[in-house]
Amino acid sequence: MAIEGIEIIKAASYLGAGIAMGLGAIGPGVGEGMAAAKACEAIGKNPEEAGLLTRTMLVGQAVTESTGIYALVVALLLLFVV
Amino acid sequence: MVYDIEIWAKVAAFSGAGLAMGLGATGVAVGEGYTAGKANEGIARNPKMAGDIFKSMLVGQAVAESAAIFALVVAMVLLFSNFTADSFITVIVLFSSGICIGFGAIGSGIGSGFPAGEACLGMARQPEASASLVTNMLIGSAVCQTPSIFALMTSFALLFSNFSQSPVSPTWAAVLGAGLASGIGAIGSGVGGGLVAGASCEGVARTPSTVSLLTKSMLLGQAVTQTTAIYGLLVGFILLFKTFPASDSIVPAMALLASGLCMGIGAIGPGIGEGSTAGSAVKWIARNEESSGVILRMMLVGQAVAESTGIYALVVSLVLIFVV
Repeated sequence: MAIEGIEIIKAASYLGAGIAMGLGAIGPGVGEGMAAAKACEAIGKNPEEAGLLTRTMLVGQAVTESTGIYALVVALLLLFVV
Repeated sequence: MVYDIEIWAKVAAFSGAGLAMGLGATGVAVGEGYTAGKANEGIARNPKMAGDIFKSMLVGQAVAESAAIFALVVAMVLLFSNFTADSFITVIVLFSSGICIGFGAIGSGIGSGFPAGEACLGMARQPEASASLVTNMLIGSAVCQTPSIFALMTSFALLFSNFSQSPVSPTWAAVLGAGLASGIGAIGSGVGGGLVAGASCEGVARTPSTVSLLTKSMLLGQAVTQTTAIYGLLVGFILLFKTFPASDSIVPAMALLASGLCMGIGAIGPGIGEGSTAGSAVKWIARNEESSGVILRMMLVGQAVAESTGIYALVVSLVLIFVV
C-alpha cells in the first residue's frame, strides 16, 4: 500500500483541524467561565447593578471568545479549503 | 522480525492496563488528598468534632475512590481476559479502552475531593449542620462521578463489541478516537462538577437554612457542566457504532482519529469554566439568598457563552465524521 503525497497532506490537514479546534477550545472555555464566575460574585455583592454587570460580562466574554473563533476558522480552513 | 496478531493484542492489553491504572490513579489521589487536608484544617479548628469529621472524610474519600476502582476493574479485565484477536482492530480496541477509563477517571477523582473537603471543614464551623452537609456532599460527589461512568461505559462498549465484520481501515482509528473522545472529554466536567459541589458544601456550612436552595442550584449548575462530557460520550458512541466504508487510504482514518481528539480535548475547557461559574454562583447564593434568581440567571447566561467553544468542537468533530 503506497501512500501518495496528496493523501498525507489531506490526512495531516484533518488531524490538524481536530487538534486546532480541540486545543483552541480549552482557553476560551476556562476564561469565559472565570469571567462569568466573577460576574456572579459581583451580582451577589451588588444585585442592583445586574444589568450593567451582564453587559460587561457579555462584552468581556465576546472578546475572550475571539481566540476560540480563530481556532474554528483555522479548523474550517483546514477541513474545506486547504 | 514479524510477530503475529496475538502477540500485539497482548502488548496492547498490558500497556492499556498500565495506562488505565496509572492515569486513573492521579486524579483520585489529588482529590482525596485535598479532602484529607481540609479535614485536618477542620479538626484543628474544632477538635471536639474530630470523630464526625474523620467519618465524613472517609465517606467522601470512598466516593472519590470509585473512579479509581473503575480504572482498576478495566485494568484487571485487560490483564486477565483472553481476548481473541481476529484483526488489528482488536489490538487498538484493547489499548483504547485502557486510555479511555484512565483519562476518564482523572476529572471525577479530583472533582469528588472538593465537596468532601468542604463538607469536613464545614462540620467544624457548623456542627449542627453536619447531617445536611453530608447529604449535600454525597449528592454532589455522586454527580461528579457521572463523567467517569461515561468513560467506563465507553471502555466496556469497546471491549465487548464485535468488530470482526468491520474493515480494519478506518475502523482502527474510529475505535481509538472513541476512547479519546469519551475519556479526555470526561476530565473537564468531572473537575467542574466538583467545583460546584464544593462551593455548595461551603455555602451550607455558612448558612445552613438555605440548604434546599443550594442543593437545587448545585444540581442545575452541575447539569449544565456535564453537557461537554455528554458531547464526548455522543461522539465516542457515534465512532463506535457507525460502520465506516473500507478504504485503503490513510485520509478517512485520520479524520476519525482527529474527530475523537477534537471533541475530547475541546470538552476540557468548557467543563472547567462552567464549573467555576456555577461554583461562584452557588457560593454567592449562600451569602445573598434574596438575589438567587438574578444570580442563577447570570450563571446560565455565562455558562451558555462558555459552552460555545465546546459546541464548536462538537461541530468540527461531527464534520470530520460525516462530511469530509
